[in-house]
Amino acid sequence: MILIKNAQIINSIDDKLEKADILIVDDRIERIGKDIEENPDKMTIIDASGKYVMPSFTDIHCHLREPGFEYKEDIKSGSRAALAGGFTTICCMPNTNPPVDNRAMVAYIKYRAKEVSPIEVLPVGAITKGLLGEELAEIGFMKQEGAIAISDDGKSVMNANIMRNALLYSKDFSIPVISHCEDTNLSEGGQINLGYVSTITGLRGIPREAESTIVARDILLAKETKAHLHITHVSTKESVRLIKMAKEWGVNVTADTCPHYISLTEDEVLGFNTNAKVNPPLRTQEDIEALIEGLKEGVIDCITTDHAPHHKDEKNVEFNLAASGTIGFETAFSVLFTYLVEKNGFDIGKIVELLNHNPRKIIGFYPYFVKEGEKANLVIVDLKKKWEVKEENIVSKSKNSVFLGKLLTSYVETVIYNGKILKKDGVLSC
Amino acid sequence: MKHLLGLRELSKEDIIKILNLAKDMKTILKSETKKTPHLQGYSVVTLFYENSTRTRTSFELAAKFMSANTTSISVQTSSVQKGESLLDTIKTLEALKTDVLIVRHSVSGVPHFIAKNCSFSVINAGDGMNEHPTQALLDMFTIRERLRTIEKLKIAIIGDILHSRVARSNIWGLSKFDNQITVFGPQTLIPPYIENFAYVASSLEEAVSGKDVIIDLRIQLERQKRGFITSKQEYYKFYGLNEDIMRYISGSTLIMHPGPVNRGVEISSEVMQLPNSTIEEQVTNGIAVRMAVLYLCTRKEGIYR
Repeated sequence: MILIKNAQIINSIDDKLEKADILIVDDRIERIGKDIEENPDKMTIIDASGKYVMPSFTDIHCHLREPGFEYKEDIKSGSRAALAGGFTTICCMPNTNPPVDNRAMVAYIKYRAKEVSPIEVLPVGAITKGLLGEELAEIGFMKQEGAIAISDDGKSVMNANIMRNALLYSKDFSIPVISHCEDTNLSEGGQINLGYVSTITGLRGIPREAESTIVARDILLAKETKAHLHITHVSTKESVRLIKMAKEWGVNVTADTCPHYISLTEDEVLGFNTNAKVNPPLRTQEDIEALIEGLKEGVIDCITTDHAPHHKDEKNVEFNLAASGTIGFETAFSVLFTYLVEKNGFDIGKIVELLNHNPRKIIGFYPYFVKEGEKANLVIVDLKKKWEVKEENIVSKSKNSVFLGKLLTSYVETVIYNGKILKKDGVLSC
Repeated sequence: MKHLLGLRELSKEDIIKILNLAKDMKTILKSETKKTPHLQGYSVVTLFYENSTRTRTSFELAAKFMSANTTSISVQTSSVQKGESLLDTIKTLEALKTDVLIVRHSVSGVPHFIAKNCSFSVINAGDGMNEHPTQALLDMFTIRERLRTIEKLKIAIIGDILHSRVARSNIWGLSKFDNQITVFGPQTLIPPYIENFAYVASSLEEAVSGKDVIIDLRIQLERQKRGFITSKQEYYKFYGLNEDIMRYISGSTLIMHPGPVNRGVEISSEVMQLPNSTIEEQVTNGIAVRMAVLYLCTRKEGIYR
């Protein structure tokens, strides 16, 4: 039994409870109420005075790098990093080696996760065989084996006919198609956003249309096919506008963006900082404002981390050779709180929706709630704590965080998953 | 000054210091022996990942005229071909007791990357599309020598601004001296936000009219295939410095080019031979400027090691 004392509970914008105690028995929330009696012999007591309790988070876009790139991350280390950031469900992308483009690979990820992961790991299968964009992968078999979505993430499906067929075919299996939108003819050779910083550094730029033209194309394809299109890691104001229009049209489209796109601009690249090399690239303040507006209005449905671990040797190289991506699990909540709640007046309940309710709905899962009778999947956060992101405190195998050295407010202190305390007072217990 | 990575971060005072010193160095170049002891005992290495004749030779001569021990690493025959990483090359150069590394690379930021990871001095001899600081310094030196000033001038930079490290270094350097800078070239070769730093002319005539200095840039002919320009002939007609355009240029306007020149593409042979063309002079001045840079990068407060 676990008793959380004096917690301020937040479930969503509309549904807030008063300060209360939470009694957890086995894997469920047994009771929520004032002054639940303590019994130190039979229960673990957590004093949450001054802290907030909310449902634990779900990330529908991350990279665990297993199999093939275990030196960057593996299912165990990635899950622990996710857990440290308050995530208890994560969906890993299929661009591994070999890629997750068949049912055996989906089964392998599920099996390994069951063996080594303290949290729930759900595989995303590939759209096309070998992620080559040429032939559809066996989407039905992968779904049957446990894939919750399909994506060729890391690459765009450049052939519009293949993408159209993927959307049509996905409907038979009620599986969302997660689209990495990038016209590779426009982005070829590009390293960073095409704009002010590319001009002053001489790094090759990627025009914003590399993203938005494919967003527009995929919206049109989804409109016609009536399939569920999910546009991932949206980074430009034009994409937000297109997605808004699509939703007004009634297209079955959802979208996410990542913590780094709503907080940092292309200026992070100045000084040739390879940790700021991400794909799509960091954009401008105008884009940040459009993305934040998109989150406010519900045009962008949820936040994903796009946790993309890379070894130090892959980042401490010439800029053009540096791998794209930043890790993101451990900083996600704090970045959202710092940049959305503190700087932009978001309600903290909105963050719960962005990190729990909406991503779970997108993959067809029931959201978590901190309510009586629900599974005990929750986090306790200190919203006042200020901390600096330092390499030595990162749980992930890789340390390539674009937030290194940044000061953030709020911290995920405790994580409970299925009634088990997996992180307490900042320390992992698994 | 430990490194010279670019002119964007270099102060106006440092630029003047380099130009003043280069003036002294030029007197050494004019002497019969062309030899000073300033870099005696220093090890200067040139590492060029791109082909270059004039910049590399200029640096090597500059170092040799100051008695340095110079070595040039040819990437084509080095361990790079065996897959050695740049980081490993840096560590090897450190172990070989390098004092100054002069590096050229096709990727922007490589000299900065090396400077972050080494103990020796790094001089940028051209990195990708970012900067070519010694070229801009020698341009500024040439302008100052000819016009007696590098302040409050009207300067046009013509050609491939997008890919040009020479253009960027010149813009950063010359902007520090209250000069009016105009750029012109095909729209495909004008980078975004350049208007924050320079006036973008709408025609070649407008770009060159009334200018004190015209810096013409080299065009890389392979750009033709990538859709930036259409043909050599069309480029010459609309963007080239030929006799027709000379009608808009006064006799005192300096005509500069970093070389090597594509004759009949960016500029005509006739224009190159005009008395106000400084193309060959720039090459000589390059040695003096590089001597000054090498000297300053190896000094601690002006005291010899």
